[in-house]
Amino acid sequence: MSVSVENLSVAYRSRRGDVTAVDSVSFALADGEIMGLAGESGSGKSTLGNSLIYLDQRMRQTGGKVTLDGRELPVSDGRAMRPLRMTAVSLVPQYAMSALTPTRKIGRLVTDLLKSHGIRDRDEVLAEMSRRIALIGLKEDVLGKYSFELSGGMRQRVTILLSTLLNPSLLIADEITSALDVSTQRAVGEMLLEFRDRKFVKSVIAITHDLSVLAQVADSITVMYAGRLAEKASTDTIVNEPLHPYTQALIASFPEVGVRHDQTTLTGIPGRPPSLADPPAGCRFRDRCPFAFAKCTQTPPFEEIRPGHHVACWKATKEEQAR
Amino acid sequence: MSEPVSESPQAADGPQAVPGAVTATALAVSVPAALGTDGARVSPKGSDFIHYGLQNKKLLFGLGLELLIVLFAIIGPMIAKYPPRAYSPYTLQHPGSRFWLGTTDTGQDVFSQLANGLRESYLVGALGAACASAVGMVLGFAAGWRGGILDEMLQLITNIVVMIPSLVLLVVIGSYISNKTVLFEGVFIGLTTWPWVARAVRAQTFSLRSREFVDLARLSGKRPVSIIMRDIAPNMASYLFLVIILLFGSSMLLAASYDFLGLGPTSVVSLGSMMQTASQEAALNYGWWWWFVPPGAVLTAMVAALLVANVGLDEVFNPKLRDQ
Amino acid sequence: MSTLKVDEVSKLYRSASRNGGLTPALRKVSFELSQGEVISLIGESGSGKTTIGKLILRLVEPASGSVTFDGKDIAGYSQRGLREYYRQVQGVFQDPFSSYNPIYRADRVYELIREVYYKGVSDKDWNEKIEAALDAVSLNPGDVLGKYPHQLSGGQQQRLLIARALLLDVKVLVADEIISMLDASTRVDVLNLLVKLKRQGLAILFITHDLSLGNYVSDRTIILRHGAIVEMGSTEKVFGNPRHDYTRMLLSAVPELHKKWRHTPLGPAAVAGTGSAVIVDTAENGPDRSAVSDLAQASMAEEADHARHVVKRDLRTVFGGRRPVGSASSALAVALEPPALTEFEPGHLVAQPE
Repeated sequence: MSVSVENLSVAYRSRRGDVTAVDSVSFALADGEIMGLAGESGSGKSTLGNSLIYLDQRMRQTGGKVTLDGRELPVSDGRAMRPLRMTAVSLVPQYAMSALTPTRKIGRLVTDLLKSHGIRDRDEVLAEMSRRIALIGLKEDVLGKYSFELSGGMRQRVTILLSTLLNPSLLIADEITSALDVSTQRAVGEMLLEFRDRKFVKSVIAITHDLSVLAQVADSITVMYAGRLAEKASTDTIVNEPLHPYTQALIASFPEVGVRHDQTTLTGIPGRPPSLADPPAGCRFRDRCPFAFAKCTQTPPFEEIRPGHHVACWKATKEEQAR
Repeated sequence: MSEPVSESPQAADGPQAVPGAVTATALAVSVPAALGTDGARVSPKGSDFIHYGLQNKKLLFGLGLELLIVLFAIIGPMIAKYPPRAYSPYTLQHPGSRFWLGTTDTGQDVFSQLANGLRESYLVGALGAACASAVGMVLGFAAGWRGGILDEMLQLITNIVVMIPSLVLLVVIGSYISNKTVLFEGVFIGLTTWPWVARAVRAQTFSLRSREFVDLARLSGKRPVSIIMRDIAPNMASYLFLVIILLFGSSMLLAASYDFLGLGPTSVVSLGSMMQTASQEAALNYGWWWWFVPPGAVLTAMVAALLVANVGLDEVFNPKLRDQ
Repeated sequence: MSTLKVDEVSKLYRSASRNGGLTPALRKVSFELSQGEVISLIGESGSGKTTIGKLILRLVEPASGSVTFDGKDIAGYSQRGLREYYRQVQGVFQDPFSSYNPIYRADRVYELIREVYYKGVSDKDWNEKIEAALDAVSLNPGDVLGKYPHQLSGGQQQRLLIARALLLDVKVLVADEIISMLDASTRVDVLNLLVKLKRQGLAILFITHDLSLGNYVSDRTIILRHGAIVEMGSTEKVFGNPRHDYTRMLLSAVPELHKKWRHTPLGPAAVAGTGSAVIVDTAENGPDRSAVSDLAQASMAEEADHARHVVKRDLRTVFGGRRPVGSASSALAVALEPPALTEFEPGHLVAQPE
């Protein structure tokens, strides 16, 4: 297993006390696996992804551990993490398009990056970068440009290029296709696949709310709800045979090209996710779940109900046992 | 999905030195903080404001000190034993029981001069601030809202006013007006220091104007003046507040420097005029410290207290500056 | 029968790039919107779709062309006339939170309406009106009234804004990307609300970049690219039988749950088409995923194409206002000329390739 997360909990301070954004989350990623982390706003997916590389001042790890390539990843120790960032773990942050400093040319950003990681042999890396620039269809002169001279899609691709330049084992991609046009979305999605295939990155966690992009790019999908994992399985399974009622409702609410309102009426999920400051006991989806029953007041464990298919749902467990 | 940029507003300008006196550079330092990341500034809800306000040491210290001085400005002249300009035979007395802060070379009571001079300084400060903010805000809002030709014209006017050396102008005008009043001084300061207010207000207005809630107000049939006053200005309230405080302080300093150079009102005593006379009589050389130290110290304290309170206020308004 | 008519509108913006030229954001766009009709205006960033929304709402002015509502040109409206116009034509925008002034409570947006349009109305009548409007958008008054915007979810904020439009006598609603910032589970509710309103007779201009949403909700579709219409017609025809290469490219790039991106080469017309050769030397790159290079090339070609439309600064239009756009021979007029539309079949127009 390339990445292994065990019972990870992350909380942040607010005026009203600690809020647990990530509640005892466990999952594993194999080498070369692209895992989609899906969920809506407030689910904790961004916090989970970001906590694997950078915990800012307001966040605290309150439990669990993370292992990468057999060694523990000291996520709560900022200083220990520094040499590992960009080299072992790397991040393409949300709003990556604005993450490039506008006052320096792209080429300078690259040399800054290499210098800060103490990489002496720059020529080798720079040559590799030129090859990658050509690979993703950008021209060499992009190095001489400022970030505002590039379009949104180009900036996104440059950011991904920079984040993966040092061949990290784990890449965390936070909403990298969100603000993009459809055609650039595809270009970026395919860039991710290409980079994984060529082993520029080993494993990827792609955080997004857009299941359809994950359906194209991810090998497996993990669905998160209110700070906890709801379901994890291969992409095919999640899309075609989801077991968790939340996942089912999400899939059912997706309009596809070809679906018109006078043919099918899509349905949303009534209600809102619970506040993480004061979450309800038991299954957090209980209040909005059409299948909730008595046992749901106890927290369902996130367990492997079928091979390669984890679910945290009493109904699913019950039905599986009945088979 | 962003469209190509339309008439691009300039980003909030950097610190604009309040034209005129050298003392203005001290104020220019605190301006960048005030002009900073507007996105982070929130007009906090009442209870939030009080909560953080009471916790902020700088705000409390600055406000407290300022209030003390204001109190002195109110009560001082009432308890002063002698009128400020009354001559007496007791010249150059050290501070004592009869003259609490000693006397000048013509026997005038320094304490009385200080107390009355403070009043004049506050008056000028308020006048100058009111004038400069009024002009600066009106022009800033108009330029920021309309853009286009109006904006270009107002920028032209602003640039011209900035370039005029106010000291020289004051000297020239002074030679025509023999009896200058505090009102004149206050208005003059106001009319020569509004440019940075106008620029800053314009920049903020530009950025707020493109916000969607302004579009929505327009779509509700609201007129521009109403939108500026009810939607835009309140969002800049914390900023406008800081601007006024800074103007107040800089007006007082500027007035003191004009007075020191003999360009101020001739019929009243002010902090600056005290220091002018003291300097003319070489008080420093002769060591008559009670004459020039009090006005200088009080002036410094007045302005410093304001600036410290200003910084504290900025921290209260801008959550990112608060220590976490 | 109210009609909104957009007639050959053009709009120029100052370009954000260093050479400071002018970008034609819209090039002689024309279409009509009638009651009970939903038109999807689909385009990517830079296509000009938001600009059309703003032109219709008279938040900006066109450089040439006109927008008429019920036969009257909206440019001629005074402040009073504009108020009446807004009684019938309203808009909802992309970021629901930004539409609220954060220092006031959310329902202040209703107060604004009341101050201008319902001055003499009694409190009781007004509250009834609000409740009726909230009911129409399936919101519980107790949940949303009296709250600050940050206390409401995106879906509630958005629906509150739609209810605001319903307080007036609205005939046309401009919905500019109103779904994109909402969560998946609430999107559908707002979409279904739009369908319901359409059935009650509202005309909706549904501006979006998301083709599947456009497909779900609209009767007609307009595909916009670089400020010009490239394909227009009934939704079934445009999606079912896309004729323009750009439309096809868009459709092939849409990520779907049950279908993988098709790895088919996109065809020469969708790629360069400008004569500017984009050279990507793939010979040395090892195992080649041709779709990546093709799509990457297409994006690059789009950039080059876009840059081509930036015209040198023309002082006559530097203030972007209503000025004559110049004689036919000027570079500006040439750049503003959109590709000609031909009728492929009744109700389905396609532009010539540029």
